[in-house]
Amino acid sequence: MGGWGSILKLIAQRIALGVLLLLAVSVLIFMGTEILPGDVASSILGQAATPQALENLRRELGLDQPAIVRYFSWLGGVLTGDLGVALSNRRDIASAIAPRLANTLFLAFWAAAVSVPLAILLGLIAVRYRNGVVDKTISGLALASTSLPEFFIGYVLIFIFAVTLNWFPSFSTVYEGMPFWQRMQAIALPAAALTLVVLAHMMRMTRAAILNVMQSAYIETAELKGLSQFDIIRRHALPNAIAPVVNVVMLNLAFLVVGVVVVEVIFVYPGMGQYLVDHVSKRDVPVVQAVGLIFAAVYIGLNLIADIAAIIANPRLRHPR
Amino acid sequence: MSKELKFLSHRVASGKLSRRDFLGRAAALGIATPFATSLLTKAVKAQPQKGGALRMGLTGGESTNSLDPATWLTQVPQNFGSTWGETLVIQSPEDGSPEPVLAESWEPSEDATEWRFNIRQGVTFHNGQEMTAEDVAQTIRRHSDENTESAALGVLRDIEDISVDGNVVVFKLARGNADLPLLLTDYHLVIQPNGGMDEPDAGIGTGPYKVEVNEPGVRHVSTKYDGYWRDDVGHVDSVEIIVMNDSTARISALQSGQVHIINRVEPRTVELLSRAPGVVIEGVPSKGHYVFIMHCNTAPFDNADLRMALKLSIDREQMINQVLLGHASLGNDFPINESYALYPEGIEQRTYDPDQARHYFERSGHEGPILLRTSEVAFPGAVDAAQLFAQQASAAGIDIQVQREPGDGYWTEVWNAQPFCASYWGGRPTQDSMYSTAYITGADWNDTRFFDEGFDDIIFEARAELDTSRRAELYRDAATKVRDDGGLILPMFNDFLDARREEVQGWVRDPNHETSNLRAAIRVWLQQA
Repeated sequence: MGGWGSILKLIAQRIALGVLLLLAVSVLIFMGTEILPGDVASSILGQAATPQALENLRRELGLDQPAIVRYFSWLGGVLTGDLGVALSNRRDIASAIAPRLANTLFLAFWAAAVSVPLAILLGLIAVRYRNGVVDKTISGLALASTSLPEFFIGYVLIFIFAVTLNWFPSFSTVYEGMPFWQRMQAIALPAAALTLVVLAHMMRMTRAAILNVMQSAYIETAELKGLSQFDIIRRHALPNAIAPVVNVVMLNLAFLVVGVVVVEVIFVYPGMGQYLVDHVSKRDVPVVQAVGLIFAAVYIGLNLIADIAAIIANPRLRHPR
Repeated sequence: MSKELKFLSHRVASGKLSRRDFLGRAAALGIATPFATSLLTKAVKAQPQKGGALRMGLTGGESTNSLDPATWLTQVPQNFGSTWGETLVIQSPEDGSPEPVLAESWEPSEDATEWRFNIRQGVTFHNGQEMTAEDVAQTIRRHSDENTESAALGVLRDIEDISVDGNVVVFKLARGNADLPLLLTDYHLVIQPNGGMDEPDAGIGTGPYKVEVNEPGVRHVSTKYDGYWRDDVGHVDSVEIIVMNDSTARISALQSGQVHIINRVEPRTVELLSRAPGVVIEGVPSKGHYVFIMHCNTAPFDNADLRMALKLSIDREQMINQVLLGHASLGNDFPINESYALYPEGIEQRTYDPDQARHYFERSGHEGPILLRTSEVAFPGAVDAAQLFAQQASAAGIDIQVQREPGDGYWTEVWNAQPFCASYWGGRPTQDSMYSTAYITGADWNDTRFFDEGFDDIIFEARAELDTSRRAELYRDAATKVRDDGGLILPMFNDFLDARREEVQGWVRDPNHETSNLRAAIRVWLQQA
């Protein structure tokens, strides 16, 4: 049972590292917004600023305190779930973000639910028919869709499926109480755009990782045993290639959450990205900080999961020398 | 009757053909004009159809919006506000004169310092409560209070006292103002129960629709209010406004028929969009204008000859055609156009005249280049416009150097600070409010540093003058003074560019504000197939 003990220890180490990294990121975010030119108070009041009003607002925002004090009071707030209030409308950030985050995760979930199995399946097929026409076609199409910028893919999808064919709505406004089926219809095009963007990366990685394993001696054994090509790939090659695949899948999942700003704006999808853009243009620093931190947490969290999965899947990492 | 004629009259009714073109074509078919006109009237005045769900895709909405009318600055809350709220007075789409809404009639005192507004009876708020004169008084009090954050404070500053006398609200002004009814058309001044003092963002008003869904930055829905007091507006069953800040998203939503109306069509996409089936562009000249402004008190612009030279060295028509692709109307160096009540007709149009410009330029004695600052935020196409201006002026031997400034901080560092730059102005409800905002000595934003006592006196006299013809005369003098002596170069008044689906009927061309003076939602109806 020493095996499980050391796994738990390793996982605990990874989590601790992740938390440390997140702390470092929080310092960076805070410093980044700190060195923006001009102070928040004067950018809120703008033209109408009188010295008295500026001073009142600075005191209200706590800007008269030294930066280090403000950092720790911000961090303390974040740790207790209090993200502060938005400067532009004095609303609680945490409660404003919650539905937006849910929307972003909803879109990311369905994009992932389509793209991950599809990518792995395509990867398997490409390996099965490696270097043949099928392999080349799959790789070519996937690479082409990845090399196109996402806004271009988005506009092409809108033009074909919304404007010309009228199959799907061209914009993806979703709201509370929207029937599930309508909601799915609304997100069809943005989910498709995201799928096309992340597909090739995962597919190529799956293909490469499995091909790598296919060179091993035990695959030859399996072949000699008389297993079918597809069974060999599925039962022997894939499990051993899982670590790098999980890694790249997590990386792409992270992109689905934090990288969707452009897609959300094009498709008018009320997620985190739009929320961030609205507030960046108003220089609403607390909101930008909060969103930045959430994005960082998602990114680090997903990578953590990838690491842990890799540890569990790989005996060599489980028993480090 | 010829089928073709019938078809043509429907084309006019759906906005695909102008009235004048129709009459021309009718004449070509051998139809006498009176008959053609009556035919047209029949088609255009088709009975509004009731029912249907209207959807609009509008830019200008953010997750920071509120239902409190005092906070409205952008198109989405403004348009949504007109579905559930109403003002006392509205400006006529035809001539800009005041028309009654929640106020039934009004009466000024001799010197226009005291105004009595009769409040309409039998109007109810969406919470069932009767609207009273007290609610009206409280609303105006809330917006005119010194400590208010209401954007309407500026226009209400002269109100000294508000009192209620039965069904009448009495306004006492610090100075006579013949325009008070027009000032009360401001879209912020939505009458709320107890003036919104208790709950400013409750979204309770007297409008034809009541608030159903309010998701700032995402969408807003309002549905028909059964107790509404009149039936000439509010034809559709429900209005949904979807926030679409991306221009391409708006256009594709309109093209695919998922929304009926969009706002802010970019001039360069008009041509393409107007060819799309089922789509109609609604362009209407606005009071807003794009300008180049010179400080009349700063060298070298303190020289009247130099100012005149620059005014003569700009080719307004070319600028309209190249920068706004024709979607604008000619400016004449004073900030008023036909959309204002008492517009001074017949002032000679200033034209591009490099020879005259050269003459004035030489007489000014100025030598060397002139620095013109511009930025993309000054107005859409301002950088191109400045470069075009420089090129046009070079024909008169004037060397304009264009300096592009960053958009960030343009309104604090450049506009109203540097002596020569590009800028824009939105319209104001009256000539008086336009001149008082930017052209009289001591105005809040006198961005041309135009200090002329004679001019100020004209504006003050006109403000309290109740005799319309005398007033019109005064405004002609004011316009001429700004045009000839001021620091304003006004090449163009930009158009409002909206677009609608063909099945949207009853669109009123209204120059007072975009999307049919923000009231497209309550004015149109949906033609059922």
